Amino acid sequence: MEPLTGVTNMIDVAPPLTVLPPELEQADWWTDEMVFRAGIPMYDVPFVSVGGGMGSFVTVDYLRVAGGVPASDIRVLSNLSHPWQTYEYLTRVSQLPRSRRIRSDSSSRPDNLWGFPSYAIQEAVRDRTVKPVKQVLLEPVFADFYTPLLGMVLDSMRREAQRIRYWDMLVQGEVRTVRRRAGGGYFAVQAPRPNQPNAPASGLIAYRCRDVHVAVGYTGLRFLPDLQRFREQHNDYHHVVNGYEDHEHVYESLRRRPGTVLIRGSGIVTSAVLQRLICDRLHHGAQTRIVQIIRTYVKGAHGRHAWSRRPGSHGFAYQGFNYPKSAWGGQLKARMRRREGADRVQMYDEIGGTTTPLRRLWQHHLQNGRREGWYTAYSGKLDSLGLASNGQVKATLHSPEGDRRLRADYVIDCTGLDADVAEHRVLGDLLHHGGARRNPLGRLDVEPSFELRGSASGMGRVYVTGAASFGGYFPGVDTFLGLQISAQEVVDDIARRNLCRRMGPLRSTVEWLKWARNRQI
Amino acid sequence: MVPTVLGRIQTRLFLLLVIGGPLTALITPLLPVDGPMSARYTATFVVLAGVAVLGIGWELIYHLIMQWRWEKDWPTIFGLLTMIPEGILLGALAGLNLLPWLPGPVPLGAFAIHFGTVWIAVWLVGQGPMRVPFVHWRFNGGRLV
Repeated sequence: MEPLTGVTNMIDVAPPLTVLPPELEQADWWTDEMVFRAGIPMYDVPFVSVGGGMGSFVTVDYLRVAGGVPASDIRVLSNLSHPWQTYEYLTRVSQLPRSRRIRSDSSSRPDNLWGFPSYAIQEAVRDRTVKPVKQVLLEPVFADFYTPLLGMVLDSMRREAQRIRYWDMLVQGEVRTVRRRAGGGYFAVQAPRPNQPNAPASGLIAYRCRDVHVAVGYTGLRFLPDLQRFREQHNDYHHVVNGYEDHEHVYESLRRRPGTVLIRGSGIVTSAVLQRLICDRLHHGAQTRIVQIIRTYVKGAHGRHAWSRRPGSHGFAYQGFNYPKSAWGGQLKARMRRREGADRVQMYDEIGGTTTPLRRLWQHHLQNGRREGWYTAYSGKLDSLGLASNGQVKATLHSPEGDRRLRADYVIDCTGLDADVAEHRVLGDLLHHGGARRNPLGRLDVEPSFELRGSASGMGRVYVTGAASFGGYFPGVDTFLGLQISAQEVVDDIARRNLCRRMGPLRSTVEWLKWARNRQI
Repeated sequence: MVPTVLGRIQTRLFLLLVIGGPLTALITPLLPVDGPMSARYTATFVVLAGVAVLGIGWELIYHLIMQWRWEKDWPTIFGLLTMIPEGILLGALAGLNLLPWLPGPVPLGAFAIHFGTVWIAVWLVGQGPMRVPFVHWRFNGGRLV
């Protein structure tokens, strides 16, 4: 009988692992031997960024340009094929297509460390018009804040991603865990997607690295309990939607026949949804009646002191960007950096809250709506959501003026992206096994350098930027400019540890010239 | 750049030195004013020093005004418009020969050209090009050290 060599081979070569063995799953610290015993292939790379969204892109860009780190020393582990994939999805479904302007400053450029030239200058040169530059000159007193077109922002990012060889660093797949390594550094374990060009093997792979950067974005949508209850009780995901979900069917239906829509919230997504509904009324003949429910109804300027009053009216609190502008570099940034514990929470309360920009066009449309009777805003809380016999959604509004019964064809909840950090696999794992702890606002506690407190491993560090680090010494973490400030802090810290270069004025100018000439690095 | 009080002062002094200094040296011979070249240079550099020294006081006033703004920011146009009060005060002091070390009263036309050119150049550089060599500057409220 012929020996079954083929079978022998199959037995000798163990199939690639797809789940972590219990020994590794339960251990806070891993040794090289433990990983070897588990049969997980190990690869060395000094720096790993987990997430692969905007936060990873901006940090890796900074590390490549300012830190002078070669692409071969960095791996970005991500489910996404390009850094703006989730961002573009969220902006699109929340009614900001590529042709619309996002809520971001002219010099907040994720593709450009220096923010120069600003988007306004780029747009002025591209379209041969001085209008954007004039707007920046006059903003915000004599004109609305200039904000860039989404399409321009994304196109610029693609250009920069190619310039820094982003796709050479990207390994697509699901990240399972980040664990501390006995002897220093970390293991970042990923299950790469099949046929990944940058993945060294199939099955689970352990990247043995010195530093890990984690920027996984928002961990999920926030559904208010009554909305969640409605959806589960009626198994109805059609009439009650979140502003960050794809809800195009609502607009399509309202264009076909007159209807009422209840909008919950008063932030930027509410404004974008209102703009879409109003645009459909003006240009596509929709006869939609809009009822907005605002939990914290702002009647006018509000704040603790005469020198600390935020403008507001008709339910909305007005602010150009997510935070007062000085949070990204002025006195508010400097003050926040010195605050600890309850003091810091108080300051977040003072500057936080739901806001939207004061845009002249929006004001004009809403004023028309109030006058013509197709737009009404109520103060209060919605309750007892149910389905009426005619298929409409019925609800009770509890307001200071008393209870009111409301009916609508659709409810759009625009109250935000705000789930618990522990719901994310990697973040939860860092809390359970990585030594991480929560900050006073419940997110991950980071140093001013964005090093994750309690997670150091020998010479290695974990850095967390973006939404998961909200509540730290810098408030604007989940914004373009905030990601850049965080990236600067991270790269400065790595440079202080003598593990990458520090960029002085001369090299900064040289690197800017390379950026301007689109020279690949 | 959204300034802190220290950042305001540092940026003003730095840009007046690095941009205002060479620009003053270049345009002094072209100004419509009589007198020997040494006196002209003395006058223009005294005026430049006046922008710097009086400017520290002005910056404190601007910082105070900024406290009434919710965003605690300083819009682009403010940086340009502040040349009016500063120009009027300094122009009056220079015209009346009230600045120390001034060789004589400075004619209004020459002052306006010099002051206006320096101001606009400094303002323009502060609006963007400054960020190229100093990548931390805008996130540090205009501080350089």
